[in-house]
Amino acid sequence: MTIVGWLQTAVFLGIVLLLTKPLGAYMAKVFEGERTLLSPVLAPIERATYRVCGIHPGKEMSAVAYLLATLAFSLVGFGYLFVLLQTQKWLPLNPQHFDNFSADNAFNIAASFMANTNWQFYSGENSMSYLSQMAGLAWHNFVSAGAGIAIAIAVIRGVARSGFATLGNFWVDITRAVLYVLLPICVVGGLFLCWQGVPQNFHPYQNVVSLEGFAQTITGGPMASQEVIKELGTNGGGFVNANSASPNENPTPFSNLFELVLIFLIGAGLTYTYGRYVKDQRQGWALFAAMAILFVAGFSVAYAAEAAGNPLVHHLGVAGPNMEGKECRFGVPASALFATVTTDTSCGAVNAMHDSFLPLGGLVPLADMQLGEIAFGGVGTGLYGMILFVVLTVFIAGLMVGRTPEYLGKKIERREVQLAMLGALVLPVLALIPVALSVLVPAGTATLSNGGPHGFSELLYGFSSTTENNGSAFAGLGGNLYFNILMGCVMILGRFTFLIPAMLLAGSLAAKVRVPATAGTFTTHSPIFIGLLLGTIIIVGALTFFPADALGPIVEHLLMLQGKVF
Amino acid sequence: MISQRRLERRPKARSLLDAKILAVAALESFRKLDPRWQFRNPVMFVCEVGALVTLAFFVRDLRTGGPAGFDFAISMWLWFTVVFANFAEAVAEGRGKAQADFLRRTKTETKGRRVVDGREEVVSATLLRTGDVVRVVAGELIPVDGEVTRGAASVDESAITGESAPVIREAGGDRSAVTGGTRVLSDEILIVVTSNPGETFLDRMIALVEGAKRQKTPNEIALSILLAGLTIIFVIAVATLSPYSIYAGTAQSVTVLIALLVCLIPTTIGGLLSAIGIAGMDRVLQRNVLAMSGRSVEAAGDVDTLLLDKTGTITLGNRHATEIVVAPGVERSAAVRAGYLSSLPDETPEGRSIVALAETEGAAGKADGSTFVPFSAYTRMSGVDLAGGESIRKGAPDSIRAWVRERGGNDSGILAQEVESIARAGGTPLLLAQDATILAVIHLKDILKPAMRERFDRMRKMGIHTIMITGDNPLTASTIARESGVDDFLAEATPQTKMALIKREQQAGRLVAMTGDGTNDAPALAQADVGVAMNSGTQAAKEAANMVDLDSDPTKLIEIVEIGKQLLMTRGALTTFSIANDVAKYFAILPAMFVTAYPAMQALNIMHLTTPQSAILSAVIFNALIIVALIPLALRGVAYRPLGANAVLRINVLVYGIGGLLIPFIGIKLIDMLLAALHLA
Repeated sequence: MTIVGWLQTAVFLGIVLLLTKPLGAYMAKVFEGERTLLSPVLAPIERATYRVCGIHPGKEMSAVAYLLATLAFSLVGFGYLFVLLQTQKWLPLNPQHFDNFSADNAFNIAASFMANTNWQFYSGENSMSYLSQMAGLAWHNFVSAGAGIAIAIAVIRGVARSGFATLGNFWVDITRAVLYVLLPICVVGGLFLCWQGVPQNFHPYQNVVSLEGFAQTITGGPMASQEVIKELGTNGGGFVNANSASPNENPTPFSNLFELVLIFLIGAGLTYTYGRYVKDQRQGWALFAAMAILFVAGFSVAYAAEAAGNPLVHHLGVAGPNMEGKECRFGVPASALFATVTTDTSCGAVNAMHDSFLPLGGLVPLADMQLGEIAFGGVGTGLYGMILFVVLTVFIAGLMVGRTPEYLGKKIERREVQLAMLGALVLPVLALIPVALSVLVPAGTATLSNGGPHGFSELLYGFSSTTENNGSAFAGLGGNLYFNILMGCVMILGRFTFLIPAMLLAGSLAAKVRVPATAGTFTTHSPIFIGLLLGTIIIVGALTFFPADALGPIVEHLLMLQGKVF
Repeated sequence: MISQRRLERRPKARSLLDAKILAVAALESFRKLDPRWQFRNPVMFVCEVGALVTLAFFVRDLRTGGPAGFDFAISMWLWFTVVFANFAEAVAEGRGKAQADFLRRTKTETKGRRVVDGREEVVSATLLRTGDVVRVVAGELIPVDGEVTRGAASVDESAITGESAPVIREAGGDRSAVTGGTRVLSDEILIVVTSNPGETFLDRMIALVEGAKRQKTPNEIALSILLAGLTIIFVIAVATLSPYSIYAGTAQSVTVLIALLVCLIPTTIGGLLSAIGIAGMDRVLQRNVLAMSGRSVEAAGDVDTLLLDKTGTITLGNRHATEIVVAPGVERSAAVRAGYLSSLPDETPEGRSIVALAETEGAAGKADGSTFVPFSAYTRMSGVDLAGGESIRKGAPDSIRAWVRERGGNDSGILAQEVESIARAGGTPLLLAQDATILAVIHLKDILKPAMRERFDRMRKMGIHTIMITGDNPLTASTIARESGVDDFLAEATPQTKMALIKREQQAGRLVAMTGDGTNDAPALAQADVGVAMNSGTQAAKEAANMVDLDSDPTKLIEIVEIGKQLLMTRGALTTFSIANDVAKYFAILPAMFVTAYPAMQALNIMHLTTPQSAILSAVIFNALIIVALIPLALRGVAYRPLGANAVLRINVLVYGIGGLLIPFIGIKLIDMLLAALHLA
């Protein structure tokens, strides 16, 4: 490990920290309909949107109505993309004349983008028309992120409100999320990326002869505009297959740092928004602290593992860190950082091959996802995932002080525990059971690129990634009918089976009357509470996944130390 | 013949490990293996199913020559795990059952003298109905629950309360209720029956302590859901491990997988959960409080605001008249006589103390033909209307002044200074008036109970706001509040203002607890989240409350709050402990499972357990024994400290969280060493 490596990370986290307050405060204003700097430009567009769509912005929704609106909106979007992918051949903006996708592949992609996963059983530059990229994938990159923010805001309102039956209006919240939060940052960010050298055009790919005399195809397309929302919306689906490792998507150290910041930006900002809503910034900072600690711990392990390098390679007389599968431009620290950041959130963009990490280095992104992607997390999803853990922690800790547990004055009772537990069940059910199925059926293991524990890790990683709507991958899972359908279903269920208990929990909390805090109420922003929260997250996650991980990266690491690799 | 037998005293506290209870519980813990019984508790049900399945594999191995010894050992320890959990519950229940058995012996067939139209007839207690009038004389058992309508008697209530000191029960006032099964020691009383056979206090008490109607409390249900959820997660984690291990080429036996599953599911808290609840109720009963439901004990732990009646709680019950200050221009003997006459029929301690004071100044005689106007919380005065038409009233200064004004008298300024100085000194000024004239002010002195300030400080640390309720004027009230250290007070309280206060606190989201004894307390007792009625109080109060204090000690409420908190703390502490335990169990069992296929896994065997079999068996044995080891803690409750929530959290996280992480590492290692030393694995 090097000082520079740690410095880059410190600078990165510092920038995120600096932006948290202004963005968080801005979002709090936006979602309460207050005037902001951008209102003169955006408010007329917002009003026009409501008029055209027939939205009554003053009409608030109950938790169930909000949920139904989210589901209906997602379902329609899913159907639209499903059709688009199977008709792109006949539609404009297809200079490479790509064919239509097969139905099962289209199902998988539509599910993947609708669920903010961006798991890619396709290679963008070889199969996806510009129209499909821009009107199909980018549309979902915006609205799935917008829906995530909207739901997070509804959940925040649930915690903040007292004696309310409603949580806001989904249509208004998603409109504001896209219009006031995502679009402005994307416009500025897209220009920044263009400046750094990311292409933005509609040209066909260029065939050139390189200096060495080889023929080469250089891909083009509207990349910068896709790239910025890919990170900001924690979507992660690359324009090209190599994702952020490709010089076109991520040309410079600045673009790399910029993309990293974009991934954490909204998740971090929402913790401040949360503090605003509950009228106690310390509550927001406590969540921020818990998230930051998880991130730093994960990064440290990944960085240490990759920087230490492979002992078997060292025995061959080649010293140095593990450079397999990494871009030399970024090196070990920026690759370990990107891998941690992309899996701490539901992004899944990559600038290195996670599959080529050493076992412990690869364990970090895997474990990040298995803990529920709550270290800043996916846009919105990270915050409400964290709140579910807070509810569980408060329940156990609260009992220990001898009162019916309360969080911010809301009593945590039977219904809240029930819903939080339902949420906690999603991950083991959707990640572990399909892996078990896959090792039992021939189609499940047919495409694995490695044997032994590493092959097992590929499966485990794949289903952890799809359940948690991450989208990054180890290798080895082919886009065959089996995986297209199974993973498509896992991604849809991963998003919605978690969203339903979260929304209902918010509804239940909103209806409760706040109990004033006394000396008998323990504070939920103290270091000890943050410690307990982390303990709950790690113990619940570790207890669920330790057996599986033991047969994957952990045993692979132990075997590597004995000289056995896969 | 009416029963004259001597009463046994109800034993209150029992030692934690009474041999007789343990013997019964041991038997009971095998009876509870019935799966229909286990099904209510998903954690232990999974454990029992595991025990059954491993037993089946043992039988199969006997025939096929598999590792029968190992299967047998695992199966037996899984059965023990279930039995130990049953035992914990049975011990807790046993304590209640012992109480119920005693009470049932008290409830033998008694007879009573029913008074009908002045004639007396001896009838069986089972024939007495609500509204009947019964006469009970010294030495007799009171046949049913009732309210004294005439006379006063000392009553031995030890059969119910366990306290041997006799108590006074008298007509009028708030000490009029008597309970069937108690005995009149002296004098005789007439009582009106207030409950039908089968619905008496004793019947309810038996049902309650026996736990026959025990239902899971809201918090217990929430915790059960959490535990069931964790169990499902572990079932998935272990069930999927089977195909994973097949893929890894190291297929695991069902016995080993079940051993892992049972070690991971929260059997420690799952097995002790109902025992904790029952023991909490039992602790309340040991303090001589009868809680009508577990829910109310739990709610007591949540109380934010405590309403305490001044009299009896903060001050000693009996205020004494110490001085009569006569108004200018009034003859002293006339004033003393008026005070004497108005208090003669007044059965309250204050009334009697005025009579006694007047007698020292020579007052005597009787006022024939006068009618008594009893004190009411609405008029806040009492007195007599004499045969000659004159009315004498004594009571709260503002009420008396208003009364005098109504009669055209002049009240302005008379004795105002004296009233204020009495109030300022913390005494209660009682104005005495005859028709339109104010005669005198009587100084009633309050005596503070000792050590109340410490108690209030303790409450404050726990985050509980204490409010003193008193009929006194604000001046007196504030003096007593200051002296006693109570947080706040409600002066000149009437049933309405009291009710309004409770509602206001509740609307602000606070949980309110109060004690009460009089009939006019009943609505407030019903409104409060935790209402504790005094056993000596009226039937209406007892019915409205959700707890009855058999000792009629209003300070008991403070202890009830502590028991409620302790109950929740015990649940939380053992849940944390149980979950934290899993870490060590993983490090025992996982390397043991995979070390044959991957010798490198030995690196995870950080406890250096002897063999894979001994490692798995040690974890299972630890898992079973820890339940037994924690039974005393579950029954007694975790140590309660009156500290702020953050301090309590820190201590408990350290003891049960960090302790829960470390202890199993030590325990499993020791068991493994023992197994190795005995060559058992």
